[in-house]
Amino acid sequence: MIRLLIRDLALAVRAGGGFGLGLAFFLIVIVLVPFGVGPETVLLARIAPGILWIGALLACLLSLDRIFQLDFEDGSLDLLATAPIPMEGVVAVKALAHWLTTGLPLVMAAPFLGVMLNLPGPGYAWLVLSLVLGTPALSMIGAFGAALTVGLKRGGLLLSLLVLPLYVPTLIYGTEVARRGAEGLAVATPLALLAGITLAAVALLPFAAAAALRVNLR
Amino acid sequence: MSIWEYANPLKFMGWTAPLVPVLWVLSGIALTVGLIWGFFLTPDDYRMGATVKIIYIHVPSAMMAINAWVMMLVTSLIWLIRRHHVSALAAKAAAPVGMIMTVVALISGAIWGQPMWGTWWAWDPRLTSFLILFLFYLGYMAMWAAIDDPDTAADLTSVLCLVGSVFAVLSRYAVNFWNQGLHQGASLSLDSEENVHDVFWLPLLVVLAGFVLLFLALVLVRTRTEIRARRLHAIALRERMG
Amino acid sequence: MPDLGKYAAEVLSAYGLTLVLVAGLILATWARSRRVRRALERAEARRADG
Repeated sequence: MIRLLIRDLALAVRAGGGFGLGLAFFLIVIVLVPFGVGPETVLLARIAPGILWIGALLACLLSLDRIFQLDFEDGSLDLLATAPIPMEGVVAVKALAHWLTTGLPLVMAAPFLGVMLNLPGPGYAWLVLSLVLGTPALSMIGAFGAALTVGLKRGGLLLSLLVLPLYVPTLIYGTEVARRGAEGLAVATPLALLAGITLAAVALLPFAAAAALRVNLR
Repeated sequence: MSIWEYANPLKFMGWTAPLVPVLWVLSGIALTVGLIWGFFLTPDDYRMGATVKIIYIHVPSAMMAINAWVMMLVTSLIWLIRRHHVSALAAKAAAPVGMIMTVVALISGAIWGQPMWGTWWAWDPRLTSFLILFLFYLGYMAMWAAIDDPDTAADLTSVLCLVGSVFAVLSRYAVNFWNQGLHQGASLSLDSEENVHDVFWLPLLVVLAGFVLLFLALVLVRTRTEIRARRLHAIALRERMG
Repeated sequence: MPDLGKYAAEVLSAYGLTLVLVAGLILATWARSRRVRRALERAEARRADG
């Protein structure tokens, strides 16, 4: 399973893996927001946590269909299915690889983009913490959506339609942590709920995703 | 003879055939009586005036929107566990009905909200939850539409329905946490002090029964259609193979 | 017709839109049911002949 992880990471980093694409997309979304809502720093500071979260979420969405699609097309997913590791493990490793190549860079880029949006000082630590806790759930939920749509020709659009409503709880608690942190309020409750959702997603969704993959490989 | 016998497609077609017209007539009667009673024979509310009459479509449609999803969840589970084709097709048949009910609840709520709260739309927890429910219906139906093989489609949509149900409940609480609302409490709970008054309650119950019957009639007809469509698909395949 | 006061437009439009949506749903259900039933009958007849 560790070798699978290394393989996935190598494939993602190599050319055509779309490694930097998510980051660039994140940057562009954040740059576009001031054009849309105007350059007033007070307004930007108020909406910064939410915009950063939505930007990260959309950037994450962008690379979801790659989780299984390429392996499905060249048949290596069939090999993995017959390999002596459980399908649930494959799903979890692939979601982890997705998080390492997409979620983690987004988390690291977020503070710099926060500066551009005039995010208040105390907000940075909470923003990063909320993203660290929340993005694994985004990857795992996304892997589930990708497993559902892997066999389809125009799966990408359907994938967004399926996955985005599932992102609602994560987004709500994540932005709440960042917003309250930025305003200097207590953050314990949304933080605990955010962590709870991530842990539950990581614990349970591999089974659902593996079930969906088995159906698609049938 | 076990209860599952009724889920055999042929048997299902047999025992539902006489039931459909009965359900149509009963739901027609209940809706006519309830809506006329509610619309013409109830007084105006002292706070909400005549807008209270919207309750007779808003509350039943909202309840059916949720019940339809619950029914899809149950039938999806039955499909995954016992592999009864009728069950999967019933889930497919219920989705558009549930979606329309969600839209009706949202629209009637918006029209009601305009004079009462001064706005068509507020990001109130209940409204927002329903909007999310609407998105779930869309995704579920898009999933059915996107897959050609009926068994694969049934499997994948069932898994989606299960996961979606969990996330729908999560979203409901998340949305509650996110914003305290303008919306009234539950209109029909049995233990609540703040229940709606008897004058409104009785016709509301009749309309509600009408909506349930209408839902059953629609779902039965749609399920029968899906069963026929499947058989048609099978015949077409056989003909093509010669 | 009961006196709906100043809210007549709201109440009537809510009922009207609901009626349109539900009627549309019933019509769509009925139309598809009929279409599929006809097609199946034709297919069964073809099968009986051939």
